[in-house]
Amino acid sequence: MSHTNESGLETNEQLSDEQLFGHLSEAETVDLSRRERFERALDAYVLAPGRVAWNDWRTQVGIVVISLFVFFGTIGPRLVTAPGTNQAPNNLQPFHGGIAALWEEGGWIDFGSAHELSVGAISIPGFVIRFPLGADNYGTPIGRNLIHATPDMLEMVVAGALVSVGLAAIFGITAGYKGGKLDEFLMYVTDVVMTMPGLPLLIVLTAIWAPRQAWLVGVVLAIDAWPGLARALRSQVLTLRQESYVEASRTMGIPSRTILSRDISPQLMPYILINFANAGRQVVFGSVALYFLGVLPFTSANWGIMMQTAYSEAHALVNLSNFYQIFWPMAAVVVLSFGLILFAQGMDRVFNPRIRARHAKKVGSDEEQLN
Amino acid sequence: MRYFAKRMIHAVVTLVSVTTVTFALFRLMPGNPAQAMRAQFESDMEAGGGTADPEVLDAMVEQHTGFDPDQPWYVQYFEYLQDIILYQDFGHSYFYNEPVFDILFTAMPWSVFISVYGLALGYTTNILLGAAMAYKEGSRFDSYMTVLATFLNSVPYYVGAILFLAFFGYELGLFPTGGRYNTSLEAGLNVRFMASISYHAVLPIMSSFIVGFGGGALSMRGNSIRILGEDYLRVARLRGISSPRIATRYVARNAILPLYTQMMIGIAAVFSSSVLLEFIFTYPGVGWYTFDAVMRRDYPLLMGSFLFFTIVTLIGILIAEFTYGIVDPRIGSGDQSESY
Repeated sequence: MSHTNESGLETNEQLSDEQLFGHLSEAETVDLSRRERFERALDAYVLAPGRVAWNDWRTQVGIVVISLFVFFGTIGPRLVTAPGTNQAPNNLQPFHGGIAALWEEGGWIDFGSAHELSVGAISIPGFVIRFPLGADNYGTPIGRNLIHATPDMLEMVVAGALVSVGLAAIFGITAGYKGGKLDEFLMYVTDVVMTMPGLPLLIVLTAIWAPRQAWLVGVVLAIDAWPGLARALRSQVLTLRQESYVEASRTMGIPSRTILSRDISPQLMPYILINFANAGRQVVFGSVALYFLGVLPFTSANWGIMMQTAYSEAHALVNLSNFYQIFWPMAAVVVLSFGLILFAQGMDRVFNPRIRARHAKKVGSDEEQLN
Repeated sequence: MRYFAKRMIHAVVTLVSVTTVTFALFRLMPGNPAQAMRAQFESDMEAGGGTADPEVLDAMVEQHTGFDPDQPWYVQYFEYLQDIILYQDFGHSYFYNEPVFDILFTAMPWSVFISVYGLALGYTTNILLGAAMAYKEGSRFDSYMTVLATFLNSVPYYVGAILFLAFFGYELGLFPTGGRYNTSLEAGLNVRFMASISYHAVLPIMSSFIVGFGGGALSMRGNSIRILGEDYLRVARLRGISSPRIATRYVARNAILPLYTQMMIGIAAVFSSSVLLEFIFTYPGVGWYTFDAVMRRDYPLLMGSFLFFTIVTLIGILIAEFTYGIVDPRIGSGDQSESY
């Protein structure tokens, strides 16, 4: 591990070493080391973990699923018309026309160049897809509804995951590194939040003060997600603080803040990334639950609202011919969280030093000659 | 003994902190429920043709919330704490017109019943399945179960509950779709009544099981595999200790430890989940009353049920911590690390 070499503080030391031994001229060294530092950092933090992670089918599936949702959340709403009532026949079943629709006129899909300018959901020359996922009791196409709920969902997930991971990192890393009274106090706060039952707390909070923007919902949901991660990060730091290079930095009198940000945090990055995915999943679960219960104001589109409408208005559980209306939003939740879990599991391998060593090559390999 | 005392003090301090949070939410925030209730009473009285006397309004708010809005906040806070901790007075329900404590106290056993069974079944499955997967590491069974466990992990418990209710409840008619027991039966300690209770609890417990199941099986598998590679296990084999003894005493015991702490965190999650589960299965426990209170804007009941959830969770965690000593004999040896 060459992380200490990359910190700006040590550059001076390196320089003086090189002056002492007279390997290279000064100007060249500065120039080289800056580019090298960048390349090494890129290799250590981005490329090597990326290579390790990509070798696992779980990461591949995870990344594909997540990019699919990001695609639908960013470009999707521009391609697909906004949902509205009576756009489709009421109570339209999904894939109406069945497989026969593939070669017959009508049904959910039609081929042929005649459909180039069709008013369907997606209109690519050659074929047209009409409401493949069906429509609800008011003729609102479910597919359009799903896609137009995705941007808010992503906003929620990103905001919630950022806040919970950020809070966890501040609490966990500080507590683990500082130890003593500060550790006790921070962990006490963490424990209190952890013991508060999450969903009732969120319900109480939203009953008194209802968040209206999607990102605010995410931030509120983060309250429930951070304590577990803070504890996990703390135990990681407890082992890292014994490392010799951390000890060395401390002996040199480098302030704690610098040690935490330069020596300790980079080591935790893959772990934090994994938990970013896990926190995202918790936010998805939580927001859909709250919208499904109907305790949040229906100010932003959400899959939970679709579930609530299907549950209370289409009676999708009693009348199974309407079950598809509650099925699609649930499927979206499950697929998104499956993608996030697979991504997290695949990234977990980055933590494994043996697999990592096999892939960490290139830029770092001429390290021996230089130093 | 110091360990237990410390845990007890910790629990009490946590309870006081949570009560402070509810008090702050309840009373100090702008546009808080106490003010909202007062406005509600005022409009009710004016709609009835009378004029709203501020003192009468204050008295009504006091009757429902347990504190006098005219007093300074620290006096209110003190009285609030005193009421809850000494007199178990959680206020008066606005809608049911009954003390909140009475409503929730009768509802609580039902929630605990569902949650405890869900948690116990979930973690038992975690341990057994994880151990089996570790034992057959690398086999087809292991890889299939790993994928299956990962997939189940991404199904939220309420999705499971909806699927169970739609198919086992409504479509196949195998299980009742709501309620706690058959109301036509005579309540009491008779076999038919008990059978009715468990019959009604099957679907909620199955859904609660999903919460407990979580990712535990995978972490049990990981723990067991890590321990299987330890040196002391090889030594134990060389000493000729029998395989069952190694499996239970050496592997299982050490592999369960991290799972046990995970379960302590899980207790809060399981009790939380009962809000949604009881809503889906119309099962009148504390969770159902929480939902009901939000819908009716019955703030005393809402705050009370939140406190109830916290207390039940705290008791659950205390029990888990006290029994932790059975699994891990090292407790209380306090590895205090040096502080920088």
